[in-house]
Amino acid sequence: MRLLNRSAGRLSRHRRGPLAGLLVIVAGLLLSGGLFTAVVNTTAQADETASSDELVAQGRDLFLVSCAFCHGQNGEGVSTQNGNQLGPSLVGVGEAAVDFQVGTGRMPMAQPGAQVPTKPETFDDEEIAALAAYVGSLGPGPAIPDESDYSLEGLSDEEREAAISRGGQIFLTNCTACHNFEGSGGAMPRGGYAPSLHETSAKHIYEALLTGPQNMPNFGNGNLSPDEKRDVIAYLYSLREMPDYGGFGLGGLGPVPEGMAAWLGGIGLCVGFAVWIAAHTTRSNKKKVDA
Amino acid sequence: MDTSKVADSNRTTAATASKPNRVGAVATWADERLGLATLAKKNLRKVFPDHWSFMLGEIALWSFVVLLLTGVFLTLWFTPSMGEVQYNGSYEQLRGIHMSEAFASSLRISFDVRGGLLMRQMHHWAAMLFIAAMMIHLLRVFFTGAHRKPRELNWVIGCLLLLLGTLEGFTGYSLPDDLLSGTGIRAADGFIKATPVVGTYMSFLLFGGEFPGESIIPRLYVVHVLLIPGLLLALIAAHMLLLVYHKHTQWPGPGRTEKNVVGFPMLPVYAAKAGGFFFIVFGVTALLGGLLSINPVWKYGPYDPSKVTAGSQPDWYMGWPDGALRIMPGIETHIWGITISWNVMLPILVLPMLMFTILLLLPFLESWITGDKREHHLLQRPRNAPTRTALMVALMTMYGLFWAAGGNDIIAIKLHASINQITYFLRGAVFIGPVIAFIITRRWCISLQRKDNETVLHGYETGIIMRSPEGGYSERHLPLPESRAYALTARDRDPVVNGVEAGSDANGVPAPGQGRLAALRHRIRTMWYSDNVQKPTRDELDHGHHHAEHEHELQESMEGHAADGHQFDGHHLVDDESLRH
Repeated sequence: MRLLNRSAGRLSRHRRGPLAGLLVIVAGLLLSGGLFTAVVNTTAQADETASSDELVAQGRDLFLVSCAFCHGQNGEGVSTQNGNQLGPSLVGVGEAAVDFQVGTGRMPMAQPGAQVPTKPETFDDEEIAALAAYVGSLGPGPAIPDESDYSLEGLSDEEREAAISRGGQIFLTNCTACHNFEGSGGAMPRGGYAPSLHETSAKHIYEALLTGPQNMPNFGNGNLSPDEKRDVIAYLYSLREMPDYGGFGLGGLGPVPEGMAAWLGGIGLCVGFAVWIAAHTTRSNKKKVDA
Repeated sequence: MDTSKVADSNRTTAATASKPNRVGAVATWADERLGLATLAKKNLRKVFPDHWSFMLGEIALWSFVVLLLTGVFLTLWFTPSMGEVQYNGSYEQLRGIHMSEAFASSLRISFDVRGGLLMRQMHHWAAMLFIAAMMIHLLRVFFTGAHRKPRELNWVIGCLLLLLGTLEGFTGYSLPDDLLSGTGIRAADGFIKATPVVGTYMSFLLFGGEFPGESIIPRLYVVHVLLIPGLLLALIAAHMLLLVYHKHTQWPGPGRTEKNVVGFPMLPVYAAKAGGFFFIVFGVTALLGGLLSINPVWKYGPYDPSKVTAGSQPDWYMGWPDGALRIMPGIETHIWGITISWNVMLPILVLPMLMFTILLLLPFLESWITGDKREHHLLQRPRNAPTRTALMVALMTMYGLFWAAGGNDIIAIKLHASINQITYFLRGAVFIGPVIAFIITRRWCISLQRKDNETVLHGYETGIIMRSPEGGYSERHLPLPESRAYALTARDRDPVVNGVEAGSDANGVPAPGQGRLAALRHRIRTMWYSDNVQKPTRDELDHGHHHAEHEHELQESMEGHAADGHQFDGHHLVDDESLRH
């Protein structure tokens, strides 16, 4: 008891100390945080509607700050005086469009131009989710695909192989005309371009197929079934994992870099050797004679 | 001279030949039956002059040998058939896909035949080098005037080799039947069909019916492995026989005339040099084939007329007509129910034929303009024929711009430019660029001629700055070594054209040929030579030397102490210094 009294006295002595408030807050946060993580799964499931409402509200706040200038305060789009669009309406573009555009750093756009390039993302994953939730709430549209939509998980080896070769043919039929035969990208009219697919994540490829960003046509599920989309992605990933059988790929751009290599490398080397051979002429003496 | 082997005694017994060694015995055996010694006696001593630019044609020759070797390897496994099969080889991404036997065997060569991919890639790289080497060889010949009499016909043969090499390359590019080669054949089909009136008939004849049919690959195969290689071999043989007959050209220099060739004999020197060069070209091809991927057919997949890929380009040597096609505005005429596609016909059918005809006729056009019908075995430096050099540079500029147009999509994505703007720019540039290049090159050559004359007359700049007792500064010039001065002045004097009336020669004597053609020729000829700088006359040379001697005399008082200047910076002892030059 004495011990208790003494410690209580010591506590009370520090009670009004300069760090006391901070310590109490930290302790409180740790406690509540720990409790939250312990029970979050059940509670989050329980009131999903409430939290998605919150997410939409959070997304709307972000939208008003970063997107509304071009897309309008309610995502209705903004037209300029001469009838062009500053930003298109986002009603019905779906969460997938937001996740693609913001997740690859294309949006928010730095400047108008022929095409919006990718750049380091401005928002983190939670903020992107909030923005997507808000835009998704404006009208029905394609949802963000789940990982199970584009993964080959659960298929047997044979099914996988069949999926990859099927995906390759779909890719060569539908995508290579713009994106090039191994997804290195290609030119589009007036400064536009089909970007390289070498680094694009599976989710973003899937979303691009669903929503048809910029110049790209929309490959809805009626066009390419979800399984076919999955197969295309599996084919592209198989190309990434495949060794370069022929040696350095020269950027995978076809005969133009090959021609440059033949001229600069091949002919350059041969002419260099010709100069060397002609410069080292014969002599009858072991000692070098000045000509 | 080594005189130790000469007999130094008078013997009383007759000299007898010692027993020949084995090699000698074999050689004698062969000579008695084939008469090789007579041939070899002359040709083993055939002289080649030493200069790097004389070896450019050899690159083409040796890469052709590499092509023959690797090509024979490929024919052992390639199946030239368009019959449909299901692929079950080791490339997983295409397993189960239906494709032509030609494509399946290309995959088999790439993945299942030991060393097959290396051979395929070496064959393709060697083809690229073969045509590139022919082109740089052609440029060297033209820039140095080696196409003049008596070598005009060899120029024609060379041009035919270039044309056949290009066709051979195109047929080879088409054989694997992958997406890229199929697109190429489809384009060729379009070009043929763009021929007015007979286009469709020719296409049906070539494809044995409607595109793609089943005959095109076997037909191209025969053309690729039999017809064109045979023609190439025959023409290469003719080209080299003429080379032997004409003897090699050489750069002017002391002891080198129109009637001799100064250089090294075939055996042992040039056999070693050229033979070694073969291994170098082989090595470069093997290096490229082993390290750099070329035409990865497995990624293109089998050809299917419904598919196409971005970056569909022909190999580089077909790039320039492709570029012309890409930048051509879409002009068509509809007449009596027939469409004439100028947009395809002009850039692909008319332009290459026109350019090839011009190329073929260049030596004849030049000799018609200059009136020079003499034999030439001494080469000209490019600067000493300014108009000819400028003409070829203008043609090269045009070629380069068309070439760039052929890669316009790659330029657009790599430089972040608009493909439309590139096209608009090139539409103008292919006409304006060559004119600008012509003017710049011509003036540049003339300036270089002036510089040569300056050096011959006043010596070369030594970099020694002299200060006169009055305080003036001048750079010390020293006379060129005799041999160099000889080489610089060993060129023909150009005909005088300025102020000469049409229809008369330089002395005002009426010359034959009064027609309109003669007048045109006179005008072109005047332009051809108009601003050329003549080499110095004997008087000018004497005057120049006299001037230099005088200069020396003036500076003689300083001879004792003058130096290259650096010693007189105040930090060095200068007592023992003498003039360095």
